[in-house]
Amino acid sequence: MPELPGVFTEETVTPSGGRRMTLNMGPQHPSTHGVLRLLLELDGETVVRAEPDIGYLHTGIEKEFEVKTYQQAVTLTDRIDYLAPLSNNLCYCLAAEKLLGLEIPPMAQWMRVMLTELTRLNSHLVWLGTHAIDIGAMSVFLYCFREREDILRIFEAFSGQRMMTSYFRIGGLALEPPRGWQARVKKFIDAFPANVDEYEDLLTNNRIWMGRTKGVGKISIEDMLDLGVTGPMIRAAGIPWDARKDEPYSSYDQFQFNVPTRLENDVYARYLVRVEEMRESAKIVKQALDGMPSGAWQADAPHVVLPQREKMKTQMEALIYHFKIVTEGFRVPAGEVYQVIESPRGELGYYMVSDGTSKPYRVHVHGPSFGNLQAVPEMVEGRLLADTIASIGSMDFVLGDTDR
Amino acid sequence: MANPIEEVLGTAASIAKGMGVTLREMLSPTVTENYPDEPPKFEERFRGVHVLQRDENGMEKCVACFLCAAACPANCIYIEAAENTELVRISGGERYAKVYNIDYNRCIFCGYCVEACPTDAITHGHGFEVASYNTATLIKRKEDMLAPIPPGAHAPVIVPQQPAGH
Repeated sequence: MPELPGVFTEETVTPSGGRRMTLNMGPQHPSTHGVLRLLLELDGETVVRAEPDIGYLHTGIEKEFEVKTYQQAVTLTDRIDYLAPLSNNLCYCLAAEKLLGLEIPPMAQWMRVMLTELTRLNSHLVWLGTHAIDIGAMSVFLYCFREREDILRIFEAFSGQRMMTSYFRIGGLALEPPRGWQARVKKFIDAFPANVDEYEDLLTNNRIWMGRTKGVGKISIEDMLDLGVTGPMIRAAGIPWDARKDEPYSSYDQFQFNVPTRLENDVYARYLVRVEEMRESAKIVKQALDGMPSGAWQADAPHVVLPQREKMKTQMEALIYHFKIVTEGFRVPAGEVYQVIESPRGELGYYMVSDGTSKPYRVHVHGPSFGNLQAVPEMVEGRLLADTIASIGSMDFVLGDTDR
Repeated sequence: MANPIEEVLGTAASIAKGMGVTLREMLSPTVTENYPDEPPKFEERFRGVHVLQRDENGMEKCVACFLCAAACPANCIYIEAAENTELVRISGGERYAKVYNIDYNRCIFCGYCVEACPTDAITHGHGFEVASYNTATLIKRKEDMLAPIPPGAHAPVIVPQQPAGH
């Protein structure tokens, strides 16, 4: 008989003489951050067996890529990892641009770097706030969301939408950066390091925080690599793998920043790594702000990029291109490509196959959350139930990114 | 941290530090927006409920070219085109949109229609309160989205046809 999820067929009497209990955690549990369902088999307060059950947020986005034109599909990428929409925009666009062989002007590349780093701050702030509130520190959540609001306002100023930005398009940016963006980003980023100090004042030396996180959620490095765990999780285990450094894209090689690592490989180390990453991201945003090149914000590719509105209204040829690109999209040369970027959660990859038409033949998303989530059983089995909350919080997964 | 005195002092110091942050925040100005008691603030580019624009003569700018419907990733725009005649003149171009519906059940506010429009007829307004218990009310017609006729402009020309026999 096949084993059903939720039905454990093993011996249910524990060595201690008691009976095991199956606890259904989620899919509506607030600390599973979305719709993750965890099946926990408990012996007293100890988790004997844990089984993550995913699929409650399956949206069929990967399939939907196949019926949208390349440019239309950018809007889908926002909705995969809704806490880091611009990272997904960027990875998708870079993959398509690789197939098209497009040269992106430096200003657009730097702007992409700046905005994806703000996305990283945004995502880490949500993570820190919710992780802290899971463990019982309420005020950190409020302060994190205050700063996140500033970032979302900047996104709104750039793209017109707080979360579903679709601001990066194949060939550059969707719109010219708004008036006065430098002052806004500068105001935010100058104040930000002091805010990170504030979070650290509340948490880093807090005894309750340390007691709940130190030595919790350990997993061997071999297991992590076998399961495909990436991002801050493996950097907290001492592996300095970061796609921004190791496979630079979008002119990240022109920025100076460190890849923070820790050796403890527990929940506390992951917290420290992410906080340090926020400081590094702030540095990158500052560098991008100071050295932003001037020039075009879209590639010089009339067959891909919509013509400027001035030209479209005054020149017949531009108007024809405008109609052609909007109605038919553009043809992408046949081939396949895999593009990796470092999303806030880890290694995000888009595998794209083109058959030479204006719609992708197949787009597969390698979401970092899926790999990170595989570590759940290894991490929580044999530990206390309360540590499960801290452990899964430290993974920073987004279920939209896991299920797609 | 074997020394219990150090432990106690360290704990007290960290609590004092954290409480200091809380106290400082208590005295700093609030950042909360008092929606719905006060109107929310929007950025200039905010993509809200669409507005169909008119030109300076009060004519509709939409010429029913269907580009917005083609650009829409959510397939939420439905248009029926009709010809302007001498008696009924609605838009500045040859054709006008007799029916222009946007299904806000499906619209994702991505702005592709606004980008695609060659006559700047469809734009995003700042309206956002479209939530409803009845999805049928979420299909907005042209009349729901049209901008008001600018003051001093002539309304679209509709000459009433003379009944036969007069």
